Amino acid sequence: MMKCKRCRSKAEVQIRHHNAAFCRPCFILVFQRQVQRAIEKHRMFTPEEEVLVAVSGGKDSLALWDALIELGYHTVGLHLSLGIGEYSRTSRTRTLEFACRRNLRLITVDLEADGGTIPELARFTNRPACAACGTTKRHEFDRVAFENGFKVLATGHNLDDEAARLLGNVMRWQLHYLAKQAPILEPTHERLARKVKPLYRVSEYETAVYAFFRRIDYVVDECPNSVGATQLMYKDALNRLEAAMPGTKLTFIQDFLTSGRSAFSAAADDTPQTCEGCGMPSFGALCSYCRLRREVENKQRAWETTHTASDGH
Amino acid sequence: MLITLLPQRKRIEIEGRRRVADILHQLGLLPGTVMVIRGDELVTDEEVVEATDSIEIRNVISGG
Repeated sequence: MMKCKRCRSKAEVQIRHHNAAFCRPCFILVFQRQVQRAIEKHRMFTPEEEVLVAVSGGKDSLALWDALIELGYHTVGLHLSLGIGEYSRTSRTRTLEFACRRNLRLITVDLEADGGTIPELARFTNRPACAACGTTKRHEFDRVAFENGFKVLATGHNLDDEAARLLGNVMRWQLHYLAKQAPILEPTHERLARKVKPLYRVSEYETAVYAFFRRIDYVVDECPNSVGATQLMYKDALNRLEAAMPGTKLTFIQDFLTSGRSAFSAAADDTPQTCEGCGMPSFGALCSYCRLRREVENKQRAWETTHTASDGH
Repeated sequence: MLITLLPQRKRIEIEGRRRVADILHQLGLLPGTVMVIRGDELVTDEEVVEATDSIEIRNVISGG
């Protein structure tokens, strides 16, 4: 029988990259300590600061929110309803239920209300849905944090997300992305919050186990747009390496942060300007979100004109 | 044993009692990419699932 590394009772979970197994109570404790250590090591935020936590309704963001509350941090949730059919409706329900049961403050943004759902953005711009989704989420997270006075924005990116992102950036030698990849990003514009990833050292498996042990009802279904996503291919490649050599992902990220990242610092983007459309940070006259929305508006107008004309015939 | 795969909601049956590690190997699943759940508990790779048991194998890898 596999025994818990801490208390020697029957283990319920095995963590290969730590060469350890844990019972349920000890795993929950160890997980929360890992999150605490990441926050303190990188000085992500203090117990006095209010943290805006981006919550999708999935295992990672809800596990993060739960751990932060258990560790005594002041948090407010932020959920975006992306308008991706049943998947978004279930995600919203899970997030609302989590917040209601624990009596937590949750800010919700409904993209359907302003005509900018992810399927609409993707359809009118011919861009991959994931590209439109990433641009929209980044913009809305920044906007809500700024408009509500939050100085810290936390996301549930885990070790697997970060390792897959790093592999993708290396495969295409995206130097400016490599320069910016870190568990903490300090603001480079007056309207930006500090962005932090307290789960960057815990694997996707660990966040799922934590959510299961804490009886968090999260969305198990995958986003329908993620089928065939490049990130999943990188994750699969890394998981094959991990199975043969436990600890590969953690070492990949840790060594990059301690030894590799500084080599790319010269490639970091310049300080952003201010978007003429929305006032948020931008690397051109308009930020990528405003460019996306303008493109959609133009295509919608053209579509309506064509259809009105053809209706008239 | 009866196995439910999530999120696919697929059900399969395997004959006899098996170690969790052998079940995952047979299904082509890598360790650390799924949780194996029996009732209200997780089961580790070394544990044996009886022929009469029902288990859930839940994917933990998400994209996007």
